[in-house]
Amino acid sequence: MTTGRTEALLWLAQRASAAVLALCVVVHLATIMLAVRGGLSGAEILGRTRGSLAWALFYAVFVLAVAVHAPIGLRAIARETLGWRGVTLEAATGAVALALAWAGWRAVAGLVLA
Amino acid sequence: MSDLTLDVQVWRGDAAGGAFRRYAVPARERQTVLDVVTWIQRTIDPSLSYRFACRVGMCGTCAMTVNGKPRWTCRTLVGAVARAGRLVVAPLANLPVVKDLACDMAPFFDKWQRAEGRFRPAAAAPADFAVVPPESPKRRAADAGIECIGCAVCHAACDIVAWNKDYLGPAALNRAWTLVNDVRDGARAARLAAVAGDAGCHACHSLQSCREHCPKHINPTAGIAGLKRLSALAALKGEW
Repeated sequence: MTTGRTEALLWLAQRASAAVLALCVVVHLATIMLAVRGGLSGAEILGRTRGSLAWALFYAVFVLAVAVHAPIGLRAIARETLGWRGVTLEAATGAVALALAWAGWRAVAGLVLA
Repeated sequence: MSDLTLDVQVWRGDAAGGAFRRYAVPARERQTVLDVVTWIQRTIDPSLSYRFACRVGMCGTCAMTVNGKPRWTCRTLVGAVARAGRLVVAPLANLPVVKDLACDMAPFFDKWQRAEGRFRPAAAAPADFAVVPPESPKRRAADAGIECIGCAVCHAACDIVAWNKDYLGPAALNRAWTLVNDVRDGARAARLAAVAGDAGCHACHSLQSCREHCPKHINPTAGIAGLKRLSALAALKGEW
């Protein structure tokens, strides 16, 4: 795989994940606004999410979009501002993606399976 | 400075360095910045080096930095850019200086070559004249960028060129964009491969300084966005 091809595919992945994020963030913010109207408690949140396949899927997709989108952006910033390139940068990008996915999906599991 | 005299600072030096030198130049009606530089060279200091050819905005050779912005000097009226009768004229940014106001344009045009900025006829060349309908989407896309005069104003205005010397820059990418929209061309895949990557179209942040400063009112950012889309599709299809 050439560098150009990798960059083109990463660009596409970042744009596609941005489109998913736009939708997810709107739903997430709307939910927050509705949820806090009668006060906010952990029990109330868990009451809504526990055992819900729909919320599990929604937040799993949200986390996936974040795990794709953010590392590609950080990679570009690292390259431009620090001049960081090569295998170590690609490894660090992958590590950030895995860490975001792991932490996010763990939180989703906590909400749905708790 | 009086109404009749301009206070002009001109950068003098070479690749090793230099400094601004001050000149008093008579103000004239509808005087261009190139007129001012020419007056200094012909009247005060014949050793002043600068570059120009057509003087009518066609050749793209006279671009300089005027009061901090890259401009084509032959078509820039002093009255439109002088601040309180003061002009500061320097060589274009992002290119090596040869001497005074003359830059080495080689790195700029080398990038056109790296971006596959040459027309390459398709293997099955038509026996007769190729018919390209003027209203076809591809022809219109090519038209939008085809009036580039290669003045390097966009290259000088681009922040990404400033921090990444390898970046192909707006002019070379605009040229590639006109060629991928040329239905007679046969090097589409090679060109998309050449312009993709972190020194190519994917480095562009769409800051649009190129569009802001282009004297021909071309929008290279739009063409670069088109190259990003086409190269992503080509990568998905495995065309290179």
